[in-house]
Amino acid sequence: MATSYEYEEGHQHSSAPDSVGYDPNFVPDSVKSFVVHLYRHIREKNVYEIHQMYETSFQTLSERMFKDVPWPSVDAVAPYVDNDHVFCLLYREMWFRHLYARLSPTLKQRIDSWDNYCSLFQVVLHGVVNMQLPNQWLWDMVDEFVYQFQSFCQFRAKMKNKTEQEIATLKQYDQAWNVYGVLNFLQALMEKSMITQILEQEKEGLEQFTATDGYDYNGGSNVLKVLGYFSMIGLLRVHCLLGDYHTGLKCLQPIDISQQGVYTIVIGSHITTIYHYGFANLMLRRYVDAIREFNKILLYIYKTKQYHQKSPQYEQILKKNEQMYALLAICLSLCPQTKLVDETVLSQMREKYGEKMLRMQRYDDEAIALYDELFSYACPKFITPSAPSFEEPLVNYNQEAYRLQLKLFLYEVKQQQLLAGVRTFLKVYSTISLGKLAAYMEVDESTLRTILMTYKHKTHTVDSEGKVISNAELDFYIDDDMIHVIESKPVKLYGDYFLRQIVKLEGVMTDIDRIKLE
Amino acid sequence: MGREMAGGQKQPSSATSYTVEQLVAVNPYNPDILPDLENYVNEQVSSQTYNLDANLCLLRFYQFEPERMSTQIVARILVKALMAMPAPDFSLCLFLIPERVQMEEQFKTLIVLSHYLETARFRQFWDEAAKSRHIVEVVPGFEQAIQAYAIHVLSLTYQKVPRPVLAEAINLEGLSLDKFLEHQVANNGWKLEKSSSRGQLVILPQNEFNHPKLKKTTAEIVPLEHVTRIFPILG
Repeated sequence: MATSYEYEEGHQHSSAPDSVGYDPNFVPDSVKSFVVHLYRHIREKNVYEIHQMYETSFQTLSERMFKDVPWPSVDAVAPYVDNDHVFCLLYREMWFRHLYARLSPTLKQRIDSWDNYCSLFQVVLHGVVNMQLPNQWLWDMVDEFVYQFQSFCQFRAKMKNKTEQEIATLKQYDQAWNVYGVLNFLQALMEKSMITQILEQEKEGLEQFTATDGYDYNGGSNVLKVLGYFSMIGLLRVHCLLGDYHTGLKCLQPIDISQQGVYTIVIGSHITTIYHYGFANLMLRRYVDAIREFNKILLYIYKTKQYHQKSPQYEQILKKNEQMYALLAICLSLCPQTKLVDETVLSQMREKYGEKMLRMQRYDDEAIALYDELFSYACPKFITPSAPSFEEPLVNYNQEAYRLQLKLFLYEVKQQQLLAGVRTFLKVYSTISLGKLAAYMEVDESTLRTILMTYKHKTHTVDSEGKVISNAELDFYIDDDMIHVIESKPVKLYGDYFLRQIVKLEGVMTDIDRIKLE
Repeated sequence: MGREMAGGQKQPSSATSYTVEQLVAVNPYNPDILPDLENYVNEQVSSQTYNLDANLCLLRFYQFEPERMSTQIVARILVKALMAMPAPDFSLCLFLIPERVQMEEQFKTLIVLSHYLETARFRQFWDEAAKSRHIVEVVPGFEQAIQAYAIHVLSLTYQKVPRPVLAEAINLEGLSLDKFLEHQVANNGWKLEKSSSRGQLVILPQNEFNHPKLKKTTAEIVPLEHVTRIFPILG
């Protein structure tokens, strides 16, 4: 079992909080000013300023004053913001997020954070929120909600070193981070927001959502709508964590990922969407779909990553980038489709995994070990959603879910292991008899027939509509006992390219029109 | 060559099953519908219908509350998933079933059966299935569904397939194979040919996978939504 599989538990600092000198009730002037201004901007619906304070000031203050201590408690800041209920919920959400990122939360804090999400989402679901919040913030809420759920499941699954106190607390608060609760919140946000219908209506031109980046310019609130939108991505991720790839992809269906959308505005959401979409398709053996989307996003990250260097998400972006290269390497090893991949991405991938990919083509244990290594490095942090049985001897079961997914994946790899060999031979022939190929491959003819049929079965997938689709770059058919090889020539598609250029040209001409010559 | 040919399992259409589908759509995360879903699995077995989403939903509830799991129901779901080949449904189900449950004898057998089908080793598959009648025979239509899958794989692979290869894949020989071929010739465009070297050859209907010329020249399709982007410019 690969050792590179680490849990994100306490992913920044695992040291205990430096409580010396930390007084949760002391509010420094800079924090006073921060909450007062943030509160005012929220009331005035000044999304631009909110975004600045959220993205920049909060990070700067955290870096300067709360590097390894929590922010002041919500009760201490409440008087400066009229004790505003919703603002306090938002503040606490950020408070916990900061705590999770920089310290390690106690069990009690995990449970309190769950309660805070419940209150926050209930307020949103009851439609009493009339503010506009930046997409980045709303994405971070959904993202953090799912992360804390995953983190809680991992934490709970390590039963061995739990104190009696902790076990009693776990039993007492068995609803905290309950998997039904988590899924139902995401589902409720999605349904209540009517986001699926909004996206449908937008296609018919009856509604605007993507065009306004999800914001509401008619005085309404964007919070429920956008939370509902991001919840679909949250659901995709939760289902992937549970190993339910089919349902995960179904949850994402209302979002057309072949086009830009609100999900591409926030880099974190863009990456999370494609990473899980690609991974789910890899597990469903729809390699071409996975390759296509990995290629697009890896190219995008390659071109834009310098703009995110100062972002708090930069480290996460780089990590997911590396993981997606590993997943792409797996996909291309199982389903060579290099024509689908951009030169830049291809050369990056070869630099990282070129040598490993060569060895993955072989039919031996080392190849399997490499698939194991790459999968373990790049897979999501699978979880066991059920509560432990407190009666039995307490054992850690935090790796169980991961081991199962890994085992089933390697099972698939083993079923495909002979296919690389067939591919090599078929590449150099236009026709070859079964007998001759069997001799080359050192198998008997009937075994060869099963290998060739396996090749066909594994390279043809059933898509979400039940249609059979070929994923093979190299295909063949058998006539009696003669194999005929077909090399597919990719057809260049120009339509989309021209459409994009037309729009671009129009933009340039509008710009030129605006120039006034003195 | 859609999914409907895979085993000839129809989507349920009766009024009662429609209700279960609705239940799943409205309550995908509500464990109260667990008993309905269990009954629905049995109904799928007896009425030879199939609904992957409902079955995955049930496996999800089992995953969340392992103490409510019925291994008998899980076994039936897995047999139905095998019958849905070439779709990857069997793996989709396994992803949700805890490893210690998969260790049980009946599940080990089903996993072996799936392995033979995934690697197109039909001879071994039929031998193993014969030894495990008690598991697979409780589900009507099992044999026909696997035969349909075998024919699917053969049609992807062969233009002309020797009779013994076909016989092995669909586990028919002699008179029953003759009858089967007669039926296919009459209804599905199969043809028979005498091969010089080894008896009869079966000519399978052409499709885009066994006949490169039929491969749709991916004529470029631009969806209307993409064209709408330039409407303002054209105006």
